[in-house]
This record gives sequence, C-alpha cells and structure tokens, in this order.
Amino acid sequence: MAELGTTDDVALRVAGSAADLDPIIQVRHLRKWYPVQQGFGFAPPSHLKAVDDVSFDVAPGRTFGIVGESGCGKTTILKLFLQLEAPTAGQIIFEGEDIARMTAAGRRRFRRSVQAVFQDPWASLNPRMRVADIVGEPLEIAGTMSRRQVRARVAEVLTEVGLNAYQANLYPHEFSGGQRQRIGIARALVLGPKVIALDEPVSALDVSIRAQILNLLVDLQKQRDLAYLMVSHDLATVRYMCHDMAVMYLGVVQEAGRVRAIFDKPMHLYTEALMSAALPAHPGLVRDEILLPGEVVSPIDPPAGDVFMTRTPLPVDPNNRWAKERPPLVEKEPDHWVVETPWSLTSSRSGSLSG
Amino acid sequence: MLAHRPAVGVSAVDATVLEVRNLTTEFTTKWGTVRAVDDVSYSLKRGETLGIVGESGSGKSVTALSIMRLVPSPAGRIVGGEVRLNGRDLLALSEGEMTGVRGREIAMILQDPMQALNPVLKIGDQVAETIAIHQGLRGKALLEKVIEALRHVRIPAPEARVKDYPHQLSGGMRQRVVGAIGIASQPSVIIADEPTTSLDVTIQAAYLRLLRQLQEEYGLGIVFITHDFGIVAKMCHRVAVMYAGRIVEMADVGTIFDSPLHEYTKALINSVPPLEADLERLPQLDGQPPLLHDLPPGDAFAPRSTLAFTPEDASVRPELVEVEPGHWVQLSRPSVADFDRYAHLVSYG
Ligand SMILES: Nc1ncnc2c1ncn2[C@@H]1O[C@H](COP(=O)(O)OP(=O)(O)OP(=O)(O)O)[C@@H](O)[C@H]1O
Ligand SMILES: Nc1ncnc2c1ncn2[C@@H]1O[C@H](COP(=O)(O)OP(=O)(O)OP(=O)(O)O)[C@@H](O)[C@H]1O
Ligand SMILES: [Mg+2]
Ligand SMILES: [Mg+2]
Repeated sequence: MAELGTTDDVALRVAGSAADLDPIIQVRHLRKWYPVQQGFGFAPPSHLKAVDDVSFDVAPGRTFGIVGESGCGKTTILKLFLQLEAPTAGQIIFEGEDIARMTAAGRRRFRRSVQAVFQDPWASLNPRMRVADIVGEPLEIAGTMSRRQVRARVAEVLTEVGLNAYQANLYPHEFSGGQRQRIGIARALVLGPKVIALDEPVSALDVSIRAQILNLLVDLQKQRDLAYLMVSHDLATVRYMCHDMAVMYLGVVQEAGRVRAIFDKPMHLYTEALMSAALPAHPGLVRDEILLPGEVVSPIDPPAGDVFMTRTPLPVDPNNRWAKERPPLVEKEPDHWVVETPWSLTSSRSGSLSG
Repeated sequence: MLAHRPAVGVSAVDATVLEVRNLTTEFTTKWGTVRAVDDVSYSLKRGETLGIVGESGSGKSVTALSIMRLVPSPAGRIVGGEVRLNGRDLLALSEGEMTGVRGREIAMILQDPMQALNPVLKIGDQVAETIAIHQGLRGKALLEKVIEALRHVRIPAPEARVKDYPHQLSGGMRQRVVGAIGIASQPSVIIADEPTTSLDVTIQAAYLRLLRQLQEEYGLGIVFITHDFGIVAKMCHRVAVMYAGRIVEMADVGTIFDSPLHEYTKALINSVPPLEADLERLPQLDGQPPLLHDLPPGDAFAPRSTLAFTPEDASVRPELVEVEPGHWVQLSRPSVADFDRYAHLVSYG
C-alpha cells in the first residue's frame, strides 16, 4: 500500500476523490525540474520548474482535466504519468501502488492499464504500418494472443470506435484526420486499459469531427468505466468532458475541484481571467475580458513565493509570508481547492477594482 | 438577442471595399479537374469583419488565395469571376500591378507567426522593409515610423525591441509584430487565415483584441477565415458558411446563430460545446465532407444529411438565394427550414 503518511498529504487530496469513489490514480507532490545551463562558470545550476508540487486523484469512470496557458506544465504531467519521463520528486500511485516501486509484474500490469491518445493524429501514427498492425501492435508486444485472436480483437476495437473492420488493411494516409484519431483511440483501447491520458485529443480536428470524437470518448468511458486524464486549453471542451479539473499556472495548481463548481464560481483570479478570455458560444455573450498585468514569467527559477504574485491585479505585500514561501491549496468549500493569498482570490477584489 | 452588430467607422455612402463575384477556382489533380471554389460571391464593407467558416477542405483558403492571386500555379487557376478591391478588378491586373496591390491595399495574415517572420532578421528591420516599400522612407524617418508601428500594436519599449530577433519575443509579441507588418502599409482589407489556431486562450484573446483595435482605428475590412465558431461569435459582423467549395449560407452574425435556415449551419453551430452551460450530450454532425473529385451530383450536402432527401431533391444543384435582405441560403427542399416560404424564389428547371 502507498504511504500517504503526512498530514500534509491528506490535506492535499484534491478533487476527483469523492468519498464514495476509490481513486485509481493518486498523484502526490509531483515535481519535474529540468536543469538548465544559464551563464558560465560557477553560477549555481538553474532549474526550469515545469511541474512543481502537483497532487490530484482520478477515479474510474471520471475525467480529470488539466487546463492552463501554454507552457504551464500540462503535457509534462502526462509524460510523468506515462513514465516517459522520470519525476524529480513525488509519487504516482496506481491502484494503491507507487509506480516507482512496482515489481516487474506490476509494471506490466500498469503498462497494459494505462494508455494515451495524443493531439496530432498525423504525427502519432507510423505511416508505413497498416492499421491492423498499428492497432494490434500492443497485443503483439504483450504476446498473449495468437495471430488470429489478434486479428479478431483488432476488428472488434475498430468497430467499437466507428471504423469498418475491412479498413484494417489500409495505411494511415488513406484516412481523414478524424478517422486517424479513431485509429489512435482504437490502439489505446486494444489492451482493455483502465486509464487513458488524452493530450489535446481534438484540438487538431474540425468542429464536426471534434464532436464525433468527444462523444465517442464519452461513450467508451461509460461502457468501460474508464478514467481519463485530459489536457486541453479549450475550456468549453473541458466543461463538456471533465468531472474534475485543475487550473495550472507556471507548474503549480492554482485551483482545483469539481468542474461545475469552478465554472459556476471561480475562486482564483487566474481562473477567472482564463475564463474571461475564452471565446463565447454566442455573439450576444459579451464578456468583460479581465487582463492580468505583467507577462507570464519564465519558469526558470520562478519566485520562491506565490508564482501568481507577479500577475495579480491586487497589491502584494512583500513582507507577507506567501510572498516568500509557496502557499498551499486550501479547501475553501467541500471539494473546491484554491491557493489562498491576500492577492489571489476573486473575493478579495474590492468593488473599485473590476475589469 | 443580437440582431445586428454594426460595422465600425462606416461612412454613410456605399463603403464596400471588397467585392467578390462568381469566383471559381479549379485544380488539376490526378483524379481530374476539381473545383475548389465554386461560384463564390460576397462583399465586405469598410470596418466590417466577414467570417468564413466551414470544415477542412471546404475552400476557405483557396478563396483567399484566389483573391490575393496567389493560387499555386500551374495546378490551380482562377477560371471565372471578379474580385473588385476599391472598385478595381484585381483579376484584370497584370502581375506587376498586382504586386503593387498585394501587401499594400490588401494583406494576408497566415496561421503561424513564426513562419511569417524571418528568424535571422531583427524585427525592426522586418517592419522597416514593409514601410520602406510602401512609404518610401529611409534613415531616421523610417526608424521613427517603425517604432511608431510597434508602439501601435502595444509592444512595450519599442525603441529597444527593434533590435530583438523573433525568438527573443513571446508568442503573443511575435504576433503583434506580424500584425504591425500587416498594417504598416495601411491596407484597406486584411485576410486573416486562421491566425490564432495554434495559440492558447489568453494570447488568442490579445490578438483578437489587437485586430479589433486596428479595425476601429483604420476602418479596416477583415475577412476572417476560421473553423472556430467562438471566434465568429466574438469578432464577426457577418458570416459565410462554406461547404464543398460553395457558400451554403450567409447572413449577419446574429441571424447565423439565432435563426439559420440551412440544416448544415445549424448542425455545425450545435456541435460546438458551449463554455457557458453544462451539456448532457453534444449534438454531432456525422460523416465528413465529400471529396471534391467525387462530388455527388446536385446537392453536395444531401449524402450527409439526416433529412429525407428524395433522389430528385438530391439531384438538384441548389441556388444561393437572398431569402430576406442580407440573408442568403442555398435553397433546397429538405435542408432548408421553412422551404415553402421561399420556394417561389428558386426556378428549378
Ligand atoms: N525536455 C525538456 N527540457 C527542458 N524543458 C522542458 C522540457 N520539456 C518541457 N520543458 C519545459 O517545461 C515547461 C512545460 O512544458 P509542457 O510541455 O508541459 O507545457 P504545456 O502546458 O503542455 O504547454 P502547451 O499548452 O504549449 O502544450 C515549458 O516551459 C517547457 O519549455
Ligand atoms: N495545390 C492544390 N492542388 C490540388 N488541390 C488543392 C490544392 N490546394 C487546395 N486544394 C484543394 O482545394 C480544396 C479546398 O482547400 P482549402 O485549402 O481552401 O480548404 P480550407 O477550407 O482552407 O480547409 P482547412 O480548414 O483545412 O484549411 C481542398 O479539397 C483541397 O484538397
Ligand atoms: Mg502540451
Ligand atoms: Mg485553410
């Protein structure tokens, strides 16, 4: 069993972990710091803090969304989760077991259970392989099925994602973008996973195809009780797809909780600004865009205190504790977590300071 | 509800800056000749933004390239129609004359700001190049203009920034530079072909704000190509929906969102998840657009429609008809709501 010993860990249980749902993934204090060479000689090494102390849970049958501006660390979290990169610190716990300490058998089980679908359906499929081989490859690697069984299974998954079994003999270039994304999904499904990481799964697709793929993902989730970990910068897609979400800025989660609660009442000024910048669904919906002062600062050696400090429209007291030290996420309402400082909350903005 | 969003800075008289009439462009491909733009007509007023929406391959970019006379040749050629910019037919100009118009009276902004900028040239020099060509300035006067142009697009400390290379700027700032180059010659029309698809929310919002601001200051006419209905909702005064090389519906933005007539327009808009509401299930438009070399005879939308197209209905090529002032739609019995009301407007043989 995982050790979630410290009280701090318990306090950091972020949304996605309703009491009645056992999480399949628990991410705890995850960090990825890339060393970067800046300057010469004996300068102390700098770090690009792509992910800096992130924790959350994902439960079966639910989708956890990660949103935030470009470069805030979304894809890095998925890479760490998929074990494509090693974390600098922190734990990823899968079905109660820390993946860093799994046995070989546990690791095989993890690899079967966790799959991914990426943004670009053009780049992510090998152009020289037939669809049957692309989709069947994970089965071949697992090596537990005969060729005939593999072929039958491939045909089955292709049908499941809305393709025809006969299309198994075609190459990726013979498909449209939406169909290619279906092939990617079929490949992710073929081993019967429990969790799928989705990195901007529809942003390279047409509107019409987007709806088809989103609905396909929703249906598959319902049928198979799949857990999704989804990254997107389209807030509307997150609202439609996700149950829980985290809003990130500069490698740090600023707000997390139930999607509905966050959209209804964003507590963090950064979340509010992000939502105000999102495009409206109707020309009659004119939102006042909230512009944050300053520019996104470099993730290389970010401030020791609150990372949002240089972007807030509210005054920052440099002697405040959170100007020097990282503030934690606080559960302000049941399952609604936010970084609370005197300058971070929508509720701290006085009436005179709007827009 | 929003009935009409007036164009900004429009003078009372006829302020049409761009008029496209029956534009038709074909490509020679290994499957034969395909018609990528099929009889497209629209007009654009001073200070107005016209959105061109439609699925991939519907002909949005080729229409833009045709207007700019940049259709890749010899595979592609404009086979008919007129493009009038401030009254002058661009298709009748010599290549030399067209070079003078391009970038000066009409400019195009492409998807990727990194591609539009030269990585080894300082941004000041890149802006200067355009200004020098179009305004014939040099030396100190030129530098002043460059700084002014950069200040205009809200580049902080432009005096220092002119010496930066593109990679030294953030994504948002690079786009501002592209914007500065785009407007340096003060064109009357800008065609923006998905200029923000690769950007995230906040940078995109800043860029859209910039375009709007330029429009207000110069009365710029903008043709905004996108498949994002959120951009349409935010930016456009009027919208043309394209399908298989043709315009299927065109109206002011309020009408397109609130009372579209064509089934395809409705289906497209409905398939976008809304930011403002929870949705049990997203309505989806099944299938994909037809291939141009394999177009169904008659109504290109028929094979994809869930509506009951009889073989006779499907075989009719629907006409684009102005069913009420400013509202154009491809009238076909099954795919247009309330067809009977407008049936007298079409003259099927
Ligand atoms: N291998 C690496 N070495 C050094 N820095 C890296 C590496 N991979 C990512 N980064 C940096 O880590 C930060 C987070 O990157 P990440 O790809 O996670 O962002 P993202 O949130 O997915 O952004 P986007 O929305 O643009 O995809 C960025 O500053 C990025 O430049
Ligand atoms: N150089 C070319 N040779 C042959 N056909 C072409 C060429 N360029 C475009 N086409 C065809 O013209 C049609 C319209 O293409 P266009 O680029 O205008 O689509 P679009 O609406 O801009 O799509 P997208 O949203 O993907 O940019 C497509 O079917 C395309 O295949
Ligand atoms: Mg990413
Ligand atoms: Mg295009």
